Amino acid sequence: MWLALAATAIVVLALLAEELMPRLEEAWERHRARVRRAPSVAYDPGRELRAEQRARELLRSCVTDQEWAMYRDLGLLRVWGSQAEAPGTDGAPYAYLIYPHKPIVAYLPQTGRLLSEYCVAFPDETRPYGSVMLPDSDDVLAKWMALTGDERRLIATANVHLPGRQLDPARVKRDIWRLGQWERARMRTQASASELAAG
Amino acid sequence: MRPGHGEVLIAEGDVELVADEQRLLEEFRRQLDAGLWAAVPSETGERRARMVRSFDDVPRDAERVIFFPKAAGGR
Repeated sequence: MWLALAATAIVVLALLAEELMPRLEEAWERHRARVRRAPSVAYDPGRELRAEQRARELLRSCVTDQEWAMYRDLGLLRVWGSQAEAPGTDGAPYAYLIYPHKPIVAYLPQTGRLLSEYCVAFPDETRPYGSVMLPDSDDVLAKWMALTGDERRLIATANVHLPGRQLDPARVKRDIWRLGQWERARMRTQASASELAAG
Repeated sequence: MRPGHGEVLIAEGDVELVADEQRLLEEFRRQLDAGLWAAVPSETGERRARMVRSFDDVPRDAERVIFFPKAAGGR
């Protein structure tokens, strides 16, 4: 009986090996290919931090003081849309929220209604520095430049989704509310400063 | 701007000098040939960027041209 069981086990193992070996070889080849494609420069958190600091300075030099303060305080930038007939707006003013490395969200400021998520990335195919992602602030600046410079082209490039695919709509609505609060507080501060200056 | 590195100065010069202009033109073309997009941010007034597709599109008084990876549909 033991002999029969052992023989059966050997046959089963042989059949399994015949079935599994090609898959194992394929998996091994995929693993080796991944290792070969891995960047030769190791991840360096110090370099990434310095890159982000440079990116923040560059962003600050390109946007208005108010936009910079908005990004610094809230972690997002708002850009007003300029297309006359943007979908879903019925001609109402609309705007975009730009988050680092997250979709751009289009919304109606008057009602707070979310319109769309525009998924866009700025991949570097050469990967010269061991990272495929722009620093956060460079990602925001790239979106800002592309939106203010050629909104139609960027939107045509992006993958469009309904709100909520990646970003929690409740979180976005909270950000819109925070932005409103932030703007009102800023206006109050500026008004107080003007009154003081006027004597 | 480059992943993992941030802002990198590629070239600088005075477009009123022929040698400088030629060098800037060649570098501009090299960056666009590498698949990058180019933008000129306004320095005064309403802040916005102007996307440029050729060296002739760059205003003569532009202080800088920023190159960044071409946008692609993300996930």
